[in-house]
Amino acid sequence: MSTAPETLEELAKQEYKYGFVTDVETDSIPVGLSEDVVRLISAKKEEPDWLLEWRLKAFRVWTTMVEPNWHNVEYSPIDYQAISYYAAPKKKPELQSLDEVDPEVRATFDKLGISLDEQKRLSGVAVDAVFDSVSVATTFKDTLANLGIIFCSFSEAVREHPDLVRQYLGSVVPHSDNFFAALNSAVFSDGSFAYIPKGVKCPMELSTYFRINAANTGQFERTLLVADEGAEVSYLEGCTAPQRDENQLHAAVVELVALDAATIKYSTVQNWYPGDENGKGGIYNFVTKRGKALANAKVTWTQVETGSAITWKYPSCILQGDNSVGEFYSVAVTNNRQQADTGTKMVHLGKNTRSTIISKGISAGRGQNTYRGLVRIGKGARGARNFSQCDSLLIGDRCGAHTFPYLEVKNTSSQVEHEASTSKIGEDQIFYCRQRGLSTEDAVNLIVNGFCKEVFRELPMEFAVEAQKLLGVSLEGSVG
Amino acid sequence: MLEIHNLHAAAGGRAILKGINLTVNRGEVHAIMGPNGSGKSTLAGVLAGRGELEVTDGGVTFQGQDLLDLEPEERARAGVFLAFQYPVEIPGVNNAYLLKAGLNEGRKARGETELDAMDFMALIRDRMKLLEMDDALLNRPVNEGFSGGEKKRNEIFQMAVLEPALAILDETDSGLDIDALKTVAAGVNALRNSERSMVVITHYQRLLNYIVPDSVHVLSGGRIVKSGGKELALELEKKGYGWIETESAPATA
Ligand SMILES: Nc1ncnc2c1ncn2[C@@H]1O[C@H](COP(=O)(O)OP(=O)(O)OP(=O)(O)O)[C@@H](O)[C@H]1O
Ligand SMILES: [Mg+2]
Repeated sequence: MSTAPETLEELAKQEYKYGFVTDVETDSIPVGLSEDVVRLISAKKEEPDWLLEWRLKAFRVWTTMVEPNWHNVEYSPIDYQAISYYAAPKKKPELQSLDEVDPEVRATFDKLGISLDEQKRLSGVAVDAVFDSVSVATTFKDTLANLGIIFCSFSEAVREHPDLVRQYLGSVVPHSDNFFAALNSAVFSDGSFAYIPKGVKCPMELSTYFRINAANTGQFERTLLVADEGAEVSYLEGCTAPQRDENQLHAAVVELVALDAATIKYSTVQNWYPGDENGKGGIYNFVTKRGKALANAKVTWTQVETGSAITWKYPSCILQGDNSVGEFYSVAVTNNRQQADTGTKMVHLGKNTRSTIISKGISAGRGQNTYRGLVRIGKGARGARNFSQCDSLLIGDRCGAHTFPYLEVKNTSSQVEHEASTSKIGEDQIFYCRQRGLSTEDAVNLIVNGFCKEVFRELPMEFAVEAQKLLGVSLEGSVG
Repeated sequence: MLEIHNLHAAAGGRAILKGINLTVNRGEVHAIMGPNGSGKSTLAGVLAGRGELEVTDGGVTFQGQDLLDLEPEERARAGVFLAFQYPVEIPGVNNAYLLKAGLNEGRKARGETELDAMDFMALIRDRMKLLEMDDALLNRPVNEGFSGGEKKRNEIFQMAVLEPALAILDETDSGLDIDALKTVAAGVNALRNSERSMVVITHYQRLLNYIVPDSVHVLSGGRIVKSGGKELALELEKKGYGWIETESAPATA
């Protein structure tokens, strides 16, 4: 395991070199952040004025903000002037066959059960003209278009559907929301956009077949999903394959808008490079994700977080409309030196709004896992209900789990329930399983999967299977 | 089947087993009795490969191979089964699921095909009848919230499914009510055959009325201090352990 990061490092370096050696690929701007840089980004992307103005507003606010330090993670200070904020998408080095891919990486692919085609794509192997998922993708694009569903990159949406973008951009996560969201608003590179028209049920999980597009959108990703009245959509983000990026800081923003009676299910499997056993070289993942639910609408966040050196992430729901529903199902794993501070905010504004929070934190090695959740029930939220359950599982005795539930209830007719537990995988449990014939690794997997099953149940089938395997790989070597 | 030779073992830096010699032939049932703390569970633990127990001398051969050389799961797959004195609770893990995984690991190791869900269900239905197991227990998390007796019954049920070559039952009778004791004993007897060996650890001769042993051994102070036929258990029931300890005071204390 210990040689993998080095080899990955090599791979990343090659990529980097490639980007600078070839003339066509030198399209990046010098490090540092200023108004000029924001203007330059917007100009390079040929954006309309209103968007530039929005970016500038965000930038100006950002300069007055201080980086949050209330979370329970530690890292050395980030020098925001040492980062390059724009780089045109770089080409990956093309490999001729999978044999050229690092065997450790391939072994991981195999463990995750990633198909050969997918493996090729992920490792940048040149593929034949007939590439299954590409043709599948085209077919699905047609189906979507026939239903009036828009699904494209954020940049394309700005060009093709400026009115929709302008109407909803920043409507859930304002440009001034928090330090990282403001930074993202000023310099975001690209991301995804989806619009589901009134009453349309999206017939497929968005992005299953589009992970190709979803990858490599850079460190400041922006996603905006709008489900119009009565529409339904399930969106999958991320990928179980290990993802490496030379950019250490990632600050994405995801905004979900569920209009009256709409349903949005947003599932994430995140597996950014966590760094080596000492946490060196891992990704810092500071994400702002929020959904707004109007009357009778429902927003569900499901996440499986296994990667990153540092994760700071609170997918939240603003339950604005009466009878709206918010759900948060989360599995967060920290191993070795990983740190995660994650949770959710459920803000009940409408009457009879309901929210459910199921959080499963797993800590192994020296990992530190923090659940931080806020349930706020506003004055007008008569009859609101929340149920929260936060469970922590410890593997070994050098790791930690912390739970910070915050409650603000301004309404006496509401009901809030909170349950929490901490347990440890005991030597005796593992021995018991081994006595029945299971290997230590399988025993840990079995116990961990049992612990997470309420969350896995919420994932689309195919994703759930991948997530289970991913957990196994992430916790490999954590016992014995 | 099983040959234990001059076995010494320690836990937490303390010598507990001090030279155990025992041979269990194919198809035999041996009972081990002895006072609390004499090392019975330690012996069972060493045979199953419990991590915190350290073998300091001697050896164990099982079906011709060096048992102590194998990992706990390899021993299990080779046919060593331990019914725990204190079965462990594993929240979140379905009882049937663990059993299916364990069974299939054993089958794989023996070069047999793995059972699919259908065949597995057929097998366990049959064994559940044998042990009069409640359906509900099957789909509950392993031992979680089981009563003391239910846990013990579950151990024997697992044994019935896994069909080991050597079963070590550590105080399976304690915690069982009289009816349950009969059922469990009947289950054990049903599994008795000329191929399968058993080591039954118990404090009570009552169990041995149902599971009649070929030999009875008394373990005391980390040694087997007396062996005999099934009548030895009756004698112990009457007289306690005191007379043996004085009768066979060890030469090296
Ligand atoms: N891990 C350990 N560390 C320290 N001492 C131990 C450990 N395991 C067992 N012992 C000690 O070894 C001795 C033998 O224990 P063991 O459980 O084998 O007894 P037993 O014969 O099974 O008793 P009982 O009839 O009460 O079940 C006891 O004194 C016990 O405290
Ligand atoms: Mg004991």
